[in-house]
Amino acid sequence: MAQDPLKKNGSKTEYQGKIHLLQKEMIGRYFDRLTAAAEGRGDKAVYMMISGNPVELIQAFDMLPVYPEVNALQLAVKKQALPFILQAEEMGYSIDNCAYVKADIGMYFGGRKTAFATIPTPDLILCNYVGCNVYLQWFEHLNEYSGAPIYNLDVPFCRTPTGRPTEDDIHYVVKQLEEVIAVCERITGKSLDYKKLQRIVELSGETGDLWAEIKKLTRRKPAPFDAYFDSVTMMAPLYCLRGTEDGLRFFQEAYQELKEKADRREGPLPEERFRFVIEGPPPWPFLRTFRDMFSRWGAVAVASTYSTVGGLWEFGFRHDSRRPLESIAEHMLYWNLTNRNFLQRYQQIKEYVEDWDADALVIHSVKSCRLFSAGQGDMREYFAKDLNIPTLLIESDLEDPRYFSEAQLRNRVDAFFESLEHKKMVLQR
Amino acid sequence: MIYAAGVDVGSTQTKAIVLSEEKKIIGRSLINTGAFVSQAAERAFRAAVESAGIPPEQVAYVVGTGYGRYKVTFGDAQITEISCHARGAKFLFPNTRTVIDMGGQDAKGIRVGDDGDVKDFVMNDKCAAGTGRFLSNAAETLGVSLDEIGPISLQGKKAVRLSTVCAVFVESDIMSYLAEGKTMPDILAGVHSAIAARTVALVRRVGIEAEVSFTGGVSLNIGMVRALEEKLGVPVNVCEDSHYIGAIGAALFALERALAGIAAQAKQAAFQDVNLPAESGNPPLVWPTTPGSAAGAH
Repeated sequence: MAQDPLKKNGSKTEYQGKIHLLQKEMIGRYFDRLTAAAEGRGDKAVYMMISGNPVELIQAFDMLPVYPEVNALQLAVKKQALPFILQAEEMGYSIDNCAYVKADIGMYFGGRKTAFATIPTPDLILCNYVGCNVYLQWFEHLNEYSGAPIYNLDVPFCRTPTGRPTEDDIHYVVKQLEEVIAVCERITGKSLDYKKLQRIVELSGETGDLWAEIKKLTRRKPAPFDAYFDSVTMMAPLYCLRGTEDGLRFFQEAYQELKEKADRREGPLPEERFRFVIEGPPPWPFLRTFRDMFSRWGAVAVASTYSTVGGLWEFGFRHDSRRPLESIAEHMLYWNLTNRNFLQRYQQIKEYVEDWDADALVIHSVKSCRLFSAGQGDMREYFAKDLNIPTLLIESDLEDPRYFSEAQLRNRVDAFFESLEHKKMVLQR
Repeated sequence: MIYAAGVDVGSTQTKAIVLSEEKKIIGRSLINTGAFVSQAAERAFRAAVESAGIPPEQVAYVVGTGYGRYKVTFGDAQITEISCHARGAKFLFPNTRTVIDMGGQDAKGIRVGDDGDVKDFVMNDKCAAGTGRFLSNAAETLGVSLDEIGPISLQGKKAVRLSTVCAVFVESDIMSYLAEGKTMPDILAGVHSAIAARTVALVRRVGIEAEVSFTGGVSLNIGMVRALEEKLGVPVNVCEDSHYIGAIGAALFALERALAGIAAQAKQAAFQDVNLPAESGNPPLVWPTTPGSAAGAH
């Protein structure tokens, strides 16, 4: 029987560093704030979406950002999602509906108690992403169920080939942000403190600097962390704590730790045998199993598109305290993955493959999310045939455990790395 | 003399092949997999060795493949059937560039490189639509055996157009055609044509280049061979060993390693059934190799 090199070296397949501990501590405190709000002794809760989120505005009013997407994925990680999904299906949500939506709606009606926090009902529903029609309706449903006020921020989709928003687009979003400010003032009874907003935006800018530098560290060989499986650890602080001193401290410590690892030429695995770029959200209910499928091959993700759904800092975006609202608007319009068109996503992946020196592209398609997945068949063709980059397309779901077939996925992943292994050997000969 | 074996543990059948040093097939077996996968793998291996007339200890290296490959607990390595089918098809038909494999629950297309390596592959979605299961459900609905449906389909004059390739919904489709008075040959011609169309569309994603070799259990069905040829516009290679190809490929990998002097590890004495790895567990890791790879020397 061949030996598992990971076991042989006595290493875990998962890198557990200071960042993981600090994240647990900080996000633990954030979850406590959720519970406190749910129990009526906390801050006003604002439901928001991850995509290009304008969390700075919410922080400026000391309101509590609540992301139904984060709650849904936590339910999946904690293996609590399926009963809530089934509850939503009983209510009439289709089996093909986004499973994030169903888990969240089921949880909303199922008492809002989870293994990580009690989720507060909203004081404001801020629909800050309209690129997904299902998401828009998700928040409209929550509005109907909770009776809380809703504001739909209409963010024009990047629809031109260059994808650049026009001055009018920016102006259009800024005007709406001003309306959101008025809504927040009404709900909190406080006026906007502009200096405070500037300071928060400044903190976000500094956080962005660090996050961008962290993401560039995986260009090194070996990559000091997995840009998919370890990046998701850093994404929660990026969305929930961005614009706070705590958030900045997290990224300062993360950068220092990961930079030191890179300097010591230390990676998350005993040996980095393959470097890949990965597109698509992870299968949260089986994150560990999925990670192991790659770790066993010594395969490390050096870049991931998923870690840019909330923002594209590594390609140059920074929040700017001199023009806070404009930079928030640009973040929402242009500097996040989901509001961009597919050709821009191709370009992003291509840059990852080239500049991060990857051997392959893995596309994880999500059965219940057509927004993210439609077009991935063409993407596979483009990378495999036009660019000659080995590309694997696999499918499961981000939330619904019923779509995860371990044997099928493992078979595809194993076969893919078997062929990469062969290619590598031929090159070495 | 060095011998090597490949054991292909599929979802319905387990196949084993024993090769001699000159790459001659000297032993084979085919049994139903059943619920006890490790035992099935072992029984198939022993039966193949017995048919070869050599003692099991003389087999220097065993490679397990197929969905149950990690259950080949006495094996030295596990390699996916995707790699094994490519290697096996190239061995039987040296000009193979494309492999179409149809088994009980999956259909795949493989683009094969010069030395039998996998250049690219695609598989059906996580659903039995358009696989062997579709055919067996159709046969069952019509009350004929799986062996008969291919020849019957060739007698069809005007193939019906099925609205589905879903292995479950095919039954209601067939029932409604029967109610309309369509003949069994026409219905079966439609069944074969529907699967062939879906499969060819799937395989086009890796690019179809001649020669095309058709492997897996369904390749024994003459109706499917003809339907595929019609859609592809080129003849496909098939042979009666087609559904042994995974095992043959596995045995070829095994022989390469044996010949390269990669000593087979001590066989596990006890052939007890081991549960599939738990979620966090790691099945034994094997680098698929051809001779010379350091990783293969574990």
